[in-house]
Amino acid sequence: MAVTGVFMSAVADTHAQDHHHGPAKGISRWLLTTNHKDIGTMYLIFSFAMFLLGGTMAMVIRAELFQPGLQIVQPEFFNQMTTMHGLIMVFGAVMPAFVGLANWMLPLMIGAPDMALPRMNNWSFWLLPCAFLILVSTLFMEGGAPNFGWTFYAPLSTTYGPPSTTFFIFAVHIMGISSIMGAINVIATILNLRAPGMTLMKMPLFVWTWLITAFLLIAVMPVLAGVVTMMLMDINFGTSFFDASGGGDPVLFQHVFWFFGHPEVYIMILPAFGAVSHIIPAFSRKPLFGYASMVYAVGAIALLSFVVWAHHMFTVGIPIVGQLFFMYATMLIAVPTGVKVFNWVATMFRGSLTFEAPMLFAVAFVILFTIGGFSGLMLAIAPADFQYHDTYFVVAHFHYVLVPGAIFGIFASAYFWLPKWTGHMYDETLAKTHFWLSFIGMNLAFFPMHFLGLAGMPRRIPDYALQFADFNMVSSVGAFMFGATQLLFLLIVVKCIKGGKEAPAKPWDGAEGLEWTVSSPAPYHTFATPPEVK
Amino acid sequence: MRVHAQRAGALLGGLMFPAWSMADWTLNMTPGVTGTSNEIFSLHMTILWICVVIGVVVFGVMFWSIFAHRKSQGAKPANFHENTLVEILWTIIPFVILVVMAIPATATLVDMYDTTESEVDIKVTGYQWKWQYEYINEDFGYFSNLSTPRDQIENRQAKGENYLLEVDNPLVIPVGKKVRFLLTANDVIHSWWVPDFGVKKDAIPGFINETWTRVDEPGIYRGQCTELCGKDHGFMPVVVEAVPEEEYNAWVAEKKEAAERERQLTQKDWTMAELMERGEKAYQTACAACHQADGSGAPPAFPALKGSPIATQDMAAHIDIVVNGKSGTSMQAFGNQLSEVDLAAVITYERNAWGNNTGEMVTPKEIFDYKNQQ
Repeated sequence: MAVTGVFMSAVADTHAQDHHHGPAKGISRWLLTTNHKDIGTMYLIFSFAMFLLGGTMAMVIRAELFQPGLQIVQPEFFNQMTTMHGLIMVFGAVMPAFVGLANWMLPLMIGAPDMALPRMNNWSFWLLPCAFLILVSTLFMEGGAPNFGWTFYAPLSTTYGPPSTTFFIFAVHIMGISSIMGAINVIATILNLRAPGMTLMKMPLFVWTWLITAFLLIAVMPVLAGVVTMMLMDINFGTSFFDASGGGDPVLFQHVFWFFGHPEVYIMILPAFGAVSHIIPAFSRKPLFGYASMVYAVGAIALLSFVVWAHHMFTVGIPIVGQLFFMYATMLIAVPTGVKVFNWVATMFRGSLTFEAPMLFAVAFVILFTIGGFSGLMLAIAPADFQYHDTYFVVAHFHYVLVPGAIFGIFASAYFWLPKWTGHMYDETLAKTHFWLSFIGMNLAFFPMHFLGLAGMPRRIPDYALQFADFNMVSSVGAFMFGATQLLFLLIVVKCIKGGKEAPAKPWDGAEGLEWTVSSPAPYHTFATPPEVK
Repeated sequence: MRVHAQRAGALLGGLMFPAWSMADWTLNMTPGVTGTSNEIFSLHMTILWICVVIGVVVFGVMFWSIFAHRKSQGAKPANFHENTLVEILWTIIPFVILVVMAIPATATLVDMYDTTESEVDIKVTGYQWKWQYEYINEDFGYFSNLSTPRDQIENRQAKGENYLLEVDNPLVIPVGKKVRFLLTANDVIHSWWVPDFGVKKDAIPGFINETWTRVDEPGIYRGQCTELCGKDHGFMPVVVEAVPEEEYNAWVAEKKEAAERERQLTQKDWTMAELMERGEKAYQTACAACHQADGSGAPPAFPALKGSPIATQDMAAHIDIVVNGKSGTSMQAFGNQLSEVDLAAVITYERNAWGNNTGEMVTPKEIFDYKNQQ
C-alpha cells in the first residue's frame, strides 16, 4: 500500500509540475534538480570544464616536449601531468560528456518524460565534482599527484607510489559508483519507458549504443573498483596482491586492469557510433544503410571487448597459446568495426549531402577513426606489437580513436542538438572555423606521433634523443593549435545560449526521431503523455 | 675574445636548435639487423599496405560521394538501404584478409618464442633507473648507467650525437651466436628494448622472462626502457655492442680478471682520502639520481642526506639502510648492486661530504664481515 501511495503521489506531482511549475529558482534548481535536461546540462558543462583542465595538462606535456632537454618541468611533474591528463580526459571529460548526452537525449528519443530514476540521477552527477575535487587536490599534496600513468601499473603505483595514491583510489571508487548508477539509470529508462510501439529494433541507434554501453559499464566498473581496492590493501593494510616479494603477482594487476580497460575503450566510443549514425543519415538525406547490421555490429564489438584484454600485454611474457588467442580475437574486432564504417559510407553514397558543422565532425569522425582502426589492426599483430608496444605509435593510435572518435563524436552531437537544447541556431561560420582548426591541429599533433613511434621513441618520457626532435616540434605546434581552438567552442556555445536565429522544432531537414517533434528549445517537461510510435 | 664568441655561438646554437643540427625525418620502422626484426618489418609493411589499400577503396567511395552527391550540385537522394549480399560480402572479405594476415604472424611469433639452444645466456635486471647485465655462465656482471652529462639534459651544454642513448658500460655480445636474455627486475616493471633486434620484453619483479636474438652485423645498437618505471624512465637507455667472436672472448677474459681484482681490493687497507675519492664517483652513479649530487634529495620521496640523522648519527643504521634498503620506499638494497669497496666508499663519502663532517669511515673489510653475518 505504502509503495502504491508513493507512486501515486509521484504521478500527481508530475502532473502538477506540468501545468504550473518551471524550474526552481537560483542555485537549488541545480543542486536539487531531478530533471533530466538540467542534469544533462550539468554533465556537459562539467565535462567541458574537465576537457579544458585535462587539455591544459596536455599543453604542459607538449611544451616540455617541444625541444629535447628539460626546459619547463622536471620529470616528476611531467609524470604527474601525463597521469592526470589521461585520468581526467577518460573519466572526467569523455565519459561524463556521453552521460550528459544520454540524459538529454534518451528520454527525448524514446518519448519518455524523464529518466527512470531521477533522484539517483542527481546523486550520480553530484558525486562527480566531489571525485574530481579529490583527484585534482592531489596535485597540491606533499609528494605530488599520482605519477604512474593513467594505467597505474603495480608495483609502481603501490610500493613505489606517492602518498596521494590513497586519495586517487578513493576518487576512482566515487567515479565508479557514479558511473554504475548512471548505467543502471540508462538501462532502467530504456527498458521501461519507451513510447508504446517502440520495439527494441525500432529504437534509435544512439539509444541502442547507450544500452550496450551501460551493460559494459555495469560489467567492468566493479572490476576497476576491485583492482584499486587490492591496491588500497597493498598500500595500507599489508597485503601482497601485487608485491612479488610478498608472494604477489605484478602481472595480475595488468590482467585485472585491462579486463576493465579494454571494454572501457568501447564505453568511450560506442555512444559516438550511435550519434554519428543519426547525423550522417540526416545530412545525407537518406536512411542509414543497414540499421540491423549496425545493431549487431555494436553487440559483437561489445562481446569481443571482453576477450581481447591481453593485447595490451603482449610483451609481459604470456605463454604463446595465450598470445595467439588474444591476437586472433583482437583481429576479429576489425570485422564488426569494418561493417560500421562500410555502413556509414554506404549511407553517404548517392545521398544529397550538405556539410553543416555536425556533418563535418561526423565525416571527420569516420575518416580519422578508421585511421585509428588501421593502426589498431597493426597493433593487433602480436609480433609487430613487440616493436610498437609502449612507443608513440600507441599514443598516436589511441589519440586517433579518442580525439576524432570520442571527442569529435561529442562535438558533432553538440552541434546537432544545440538548436534543440537552446532554441537558437549556433553561428555556422564560427562552428566551421572550429571544425577546420580542430581538424588541422589534431592531425598535426597526432599524425607525426606514428613516425616517432616507428622510429623508436618510447611513450611517457619527458626528454628524448635528437632524432625525434623535428616531429615532436611539429606535434607540439599542432597540439597548441588544437588546444587553443577549443576556447572557440566555448564562445560558440555561450553565443548560442544567449541568442541567435530562432531554431524550428526540426532544424535539419533530413533528421528523424521523436526529439524533433517537440518544440525548440525543448520545454522543461516533455512527453508527459507518451507519443505513439508506428 | 673571438674564440669565446665562437664558443658562445656554438653553445647557443646547440642549445637553441639542437634539432636542426642532428635532425632526421624518419617515417618508418627500421628493418633492423636480425632475422626476427626483418620478419617483423615485413609483417609491418604487409599489414600497412593492406590498410592503405582498404583505406583507398573506402575513402575513395566516400570522397566520390562528397564530391558528386552534394545537395549544392543538385543531387537527389536515393532511398536504398539494406542489401544482404553486400553486407555478407563486406563481412566475409575482411575476415579472409585477416586469416591471410594471421598465418605469417603466427609463424613469426612461434619463432620469437623459441629460446632453446642458446649459446650465450645473459641475465638482464631492471633497476630504477639502470640495467644490470650478468653473464651467468662466466661469473661476472655489471651495471649500465646513462652517461649523458646532466649539463646536456639541463641545456647548459650542447647536446652530443647520442644524447640520452649512451651508457657507461654497454652490453657486449658476440655476432653470429644465439644469445638468450633472462629478464627480471629489482623494483618496478621495466621493459628492455632494442629496436634493431626486434626484441622487447618486460622485466618484471618476481618473474623471469625469456627472449633471444642473433646479430650478424657487428655494431653499436641503441634502445630504451619502454615501461614507465618512475622519475627517470626516460633516462635508462640500452646500448648493445655486437663484436666478432675473438674480440668477445678477449673482452670476457678481461672482465673476469677485473672482477677478480675487484674482489681482492676488499682486502686492501683503504685510507679516508681514497675512500672519499672513490665514494664520490660511486655516489654519482648509484645515489645522485634520487638524493642529488649535493645530497639535498627531493623530499618527501627522496630524503636529503645532507645533515640527515642517518648520515650523521648511528653508523650501523646507515650501513643497514644502504645494504638492505628500506622496504615500502624507493630506497633499494644496494648490497648486491655495489661491491664491498663501493659500499664502504659511498657510506664514508655520505658521512663526510656536504658538511656531514663526522670524520668516521668504514672499510670494505667491515662491510664484507657485515654482509657475511647476515
